[in-house]
Amino acid sequence: MAHRWTNDLTRADVTPKSIFANRRQVLAAMAATGFAAPAFTGPAFAAPVFARDEANTLDQIRSYNNFYEFGFQKEDPARNAGQMVTDNWQIEVSGLVDNPGTYTLDELIGGLTVEERIYRLRCVEAWSMIIPWNGIELADVLARIGVQDGARYVAFETTLQPDNMPNAGAYGMDFPYVEALRLDEALHPLTILATGIYDEPLANQNGAPIRLVVPWKYGFKSIKSIIRISLLAEQPPTTWQRIDSHEYGFYANVNPTVNHPRWSQASERPVGAGLFGGRRDTLMFNGYDEVAPLYAGMDLRVDY
Amino acid sequence: MQPPRWLQDAVRRVPVWLIYLGTALWLGGLFAMALFGRLGVDPVAELIAQYGKGALNMLIAGLAITPLRRFTGLNLLRFRRAVGLSAFFILCAHLAVFAVLDLQSLSRLGVEIAERPFITIGMLGFVLLIPLALTSTDRAIRKMGRNWTKLHRLTYVVILLGWLHYEWQVRGEVVEPLTYLTIILILLGLRFVPRKRAPLHKNVSL
Repeated sequence: MAHRWTNDLTRADVTPKSIFANRRQVLAAMAATGFAAPAFTGPAFAAPVFARDEANTLDQIRSYNNFYEFGFQKEDPARNAGQMVTDNWQIEVSGLVDNPGTYTLDELIGGLTVEERIYRLRCVEAWSMIIPWNGIELADVLARIGVQDGARYVAFETTLQPDNMPNAGAYGMDFPYVEALRLDEALHPLTILATGIYDEPLANQNGAPIRLVVPWKYGFKSIKSIIRISLLAEQPPTTWQRIDSHEYGFYANVNPTVNHPRWSQASERPVGAGLFGGRRDTLMFNGYDEVAPLYAGMDLRVDY
Repeated sequence: MQPPRWLQDAVRRVPVWLIYLGTALWLGGLFAMALFGRLGVDPVAELIAQYGKGALNMLIAGLAITPLRRFTGLNLLRFRRAVGLSAFFILCAHLAVFAVLDLQSLSRLGVEIAERPFITIGMLGFVLLIPLALTSTDRAIRKMGRNWTKLHRLTYVVILLGWLHYEWQVRGEVVEPLTYLTIILILLGLRFVPRKRAPLHKNVSL
């Protein structure tokens, strides 16, 4: 079932782990011997200054996150997500499925082919990254749990651990975080459940131990730390749409022609490229044109 | 009410140019951190956010000077021009980073101002500050007289526009913007507290 999709970004676009690992060691060694001022040896400086189409480093991917249960600032999740409990992770599968119940991670995804998928990630806030995920196709998981006739949507829910999530009770938010896809979107070979990045297990701030990745949609659709999957006949509510349906639609496809009221969606800032990294034009469906048939006949200005 | 003597003395000894120097060091320091990768993965966004908030804080500081004197007796009036101009300089840096390092094009800037209401409002606030900065000289104050005071009441409008601009771009957060608004409204509201009249001496014997 796996390998139904081939990367357009390749390993050549990714900084080999050995290189950035070495670079950090070199800098650490320099700091230790007093050659570099301590102020210049942090992860951001250690990161290579790369061309726009190279993947972000693991440090960057782990230090710049939206995971609002841990705080509103980009650096909050890295600081606070360590307390999240991910041991003995269980996922409840319910709704229009043949095999409902509570699954361990191994029961849900064990034996499925884990692939590397180097995807562009485009945030609705108009920044972007390139991330080499390790994951399995969601379609394979759906096959395992058995989708029944009449199911048209797949809903997901993020764990809510108020004791371990300092911002879980934030005024104005509405947790647990929920997201959903139309069934045909969920079955598309681009849609994966990721369990790792750069062949390392996901860090908590990146959505450990398992998260959705839908590369042609704005990042908030790619829900993190999933504990519940339900197959439904009707379109379920999703967190950001519930907070402000004017700004966040159900589909949330990356679309440079449909402007967000606050951020231009015509262009994006690739983060990690430094102070002079500049912008680049945003691509329709984030460059994943093969999903266009899913929306044939739809007006994406209405279904934004 | 009078502040303690030592505080008045200490404040009197602070030279005004320290405000300008502090602002310049803060602006330059943040920029250097961004340049050397010490401001996180997205230094452009971080600089814009920090400069923006810095300008708002400076405007609020300027707004606090009059009520501070009236209600605590602490007189910081001679710093007011430096505080206001510093707010303006920080705002220039905020806008420059946005236009030059983020958008990198005038046409994009035009589109942003036209299509993004929060940016329209921010630009309006900035434009309204320009005449205030230009008339901050001693000569302008002398020449304009009462009109100078009237013109400089525009800061009340600018600060409300600035708050709206900031609140509008926040995603998810509620408490911090409301805290800012509360402080601004209190500082504005204090200006409307009626002054006590000097007691009338009705029974003065001749």
